[in-house]
Amino acid sequence: MLVLNEDQRMLMDSARGAIAAKAPIAMWRQLRAEASPDGFSRAFWRECAEMGWTGVLVPQEFGGIDFGVTGAGLIAREMARTLAPSPFLSTAVLAASVLRRGESAAAKAKWLPRIVSGEAIVAFAIDEGPRPTDQTQAMAVKSGQDWLVTAAKHFVLDGHVADAFLVESRRFAGTPALFLVEAGASGLTRDARTLVDNRRVASVAFERVQLPQDAVLGGVSLIEATLDFGRAVVAAALCGIAEEAFARTMSYLKERKQFDRRIGSFQALQHRAAKVHIDIENSWSATLKALQALDADAASAAFDVAVAKAKASRTACEATAECLQMHGGIGMTDEFDIGLFLKRSRVDSVLFGDPAFHADRVAMLLGY
Amino acid sequence: MAIDRAEIAEWLKDNCPRELRMPGRGEEDICWGGRRWVFQSEPQKVWFERCLAEGLTVPTWPKEYGGAGYSREDAAILAEEMQRLRAPPPLVSFGISMLGPALLKFGTDEQKRTHLTRIARGEIRWCQGYSEPGAGSDLASLRTKAEDQGDHFLVSGQKIWTSYADKADWIFCLVRTDPAAIKQKSISFLLIDMATPGVSTKPIVLISGKSPFCETFFDDVVVPKQNLVGTLHRGWDVAKYLLTHEREMIAGGGSSLFDIEALNKAAKAASPHGHLGDPILRAEVVRAAIDTYASEATRLRYLAEVAGGGELGARSALLKYDGTELNKRRQELMMSLAGGDGLYFDGNGGPGQDVAQGWLRSKGNSIEGGTSEIMLDIVAKRLLELPTE
Repeated sequence: MLVLNEDQRMLMDSARGAIAAKAPIAMWRQLRAEASPDGFSRAFWRECAEMGWTGVLVPQEFGGIDFGVTGAGLIAREMARTLAPSPFLSTAVLAASVLRRGESAAAKAKWLPRIVSGEAIVAFAIDEGPRPTDQTQAMAVKSGQDWLVTAAKHFVLDGHVADAFLVESRRFAGTPALFLVEAGASGLTRDARTLVDNRRVASVAFERVQLPQDAVLGGVSLIEATLDFGRAVVAAALCGIAEEAFARTMSYLKERKQFDRRIGSFQALQHRAAKVHIDIENSWSATLKALQALDADAASAAFDVAVAKAKASRTACEATAECLQMHGGIGMTDEFDIGLFLKRSRVDSVLFGDPAFHADRVAMLLGY
Repeated sequence: MAIDRAEIAEWLKDNCPRELRMPGRGEEDICWGGRRWVFQSEPQKVWFERCLAEGLTVPTWPKEYGGAGYSREDAAILAEEMQRLRAPPPLVSFGISMLGPALLKFGTDEQKRTHLTRIARGEIRWCQGYSEPGAGSDLASLRTKAEDQGDHFLVSGQKIWTSYADKADWIFCLVRTDPAAIKQKSISFLLIDMATPGVSTKPIVLISGKSPFCETFFDDVVVPKQNLVGTLHRGWDVAKYLLTHEREMIAGGGSSLFDIEALNKAAKAASPHGHLGDPILRAEVVRAAIDTYASEATRLRYLAEVAGGGELGARSALLKYDGTELNKRRQELMMSLAGGDGLYFDGNGGPGQDVAQGWLRSKGNSIEGGTSEIMLDIVAKRLLELPTE
């Protein structure tokens, strides 16, 4: 059934209220004005922990609320509505899903409770260039019992403040794996960068970083599963961005007058608005389907995620651009919020595979 | 009380003849019923009769009118189990999908007893007389008039796009009963026996070739007063209800508007090495596929949202717009995938013939049952609540 259950609806409603109160767009603007080195508010992240969101994917034995990826998607969708900056995606979604499924009991015990409490920020380091590639260039070689990892990672979300990294690297003469690397490791250097939507990422270099044997948390299937969680949650965030930008635009069309008429009465704008609305509805439907498929561990999950990420990415970019156009000149100003949604949608559309990447996956899975 | 899924599945398996269980049925495999109906096969007749005995030709109708008294949830379970088994509907008709729901809501007891029962039993085949040559999107400007003659109406005028009028027994019509009043307030909803003197039909040939569409002419046709449905001059309410219901049928599935299989099959057939060779065509095809999957998810989400009661309302216009526009896109792509083979149109068979017919026919999808532009108006005004001035 493509509807939320009662618990999920309650989570969504409470998240919407709390985020509107604690992390409005004014917070985003303030962080930008201060050129905050973190790029997010630690106080808000603590509040996220108090509300249980940091543990949305963490099993209860480690203090989490274990609400499933649908729950994570709902929170991300609500956070996107106010562009609330936080390490939710990196830490509560990607890192938590790696650690809970990972092979190391010690890593679970050490990091999951600290993720839940909001103390630890853990980043997922996978990208090595502007586009996803089939083969990682990172390499891990054996040195006695230990691994020596050499890698150059880019676009590492929250990598500038992370306490630990989950790094994809090929094992010498073997398959790729995820390695847990603590931030203090010798040979690790990071360079903070700011993206077009004011989010912070880091380029992180790992130069023969020495790791114990049990730093390996899993292989290709863990990486793919984690990516699909991330993609579905980002798709949900893209829905939130598009929905919010569109709602603001509908209000504007109902108020703004030109030629002595409210501009929302012009059919040219009505039909554009109706088409955008349909695309947004379809994006959320596809995203909800993907989230539910992941929670149910359905065989179709990878396909559903690719459809959702492709659809939501394209829709959010197109919808925010349409919303800007419908605002006219004021939409181009930095003072007005609508352009912020446009910038955020572009970043999320690229994260973990852009629409072209996922369209190609869909075509391959369909056999053409 | 809900029906038992396992029980109904078992019944279907025991009663639906194997010969009928197949995907992709053509128009000619459907059982339409009617005075002149001839079953195309013995299994078709058997299946119809078995369903009829259980009220399953019209499962959601009350038992007194030949139905099974199913709730919406029951009907959804039945539909899913039938789909699983690839069992065809035992009877398809505009009486079931269009007139029936309107009569259940607006009909007199006498009308319900007479007409619903005959529809349920497949005895009378109905067609719909709405559009006129001068009244398309502006349906309320229709001019077919019904003059009050005391004990009967005298109907004269012309309808167009009446699907299967040449095969139907009765027609439900919108007619003007008060030429003086404003246009929506002077329309009435009439039931007319097409065997009455003065009714004639003429088929319309479409760009895709033969079609079920007809023109229907009324030349001083005598219609008894008891054939008026709802209040005199208030037929527009009945028509609007029926139109919404018609669009909900689209949402309910069974239409090919959200069906991706044909496009996927064509794309695979054009990929002998597991990959569509033309990267630009491949990108367009997969984008249409993604949009269809997402749209289908919305259809299912809306159905799930109203499963506990309530109506789709204006959301049915959204689905109608999206489904028909997507189907046109997919049909264009199927022509592209077929290349030169898609162009043959000489009735000599071959792989392309059906593609061209389907492609041409699809152009009507976004016109019939309310144009895409009207649907977007409904979405903008009713769902987005944009102002009219």
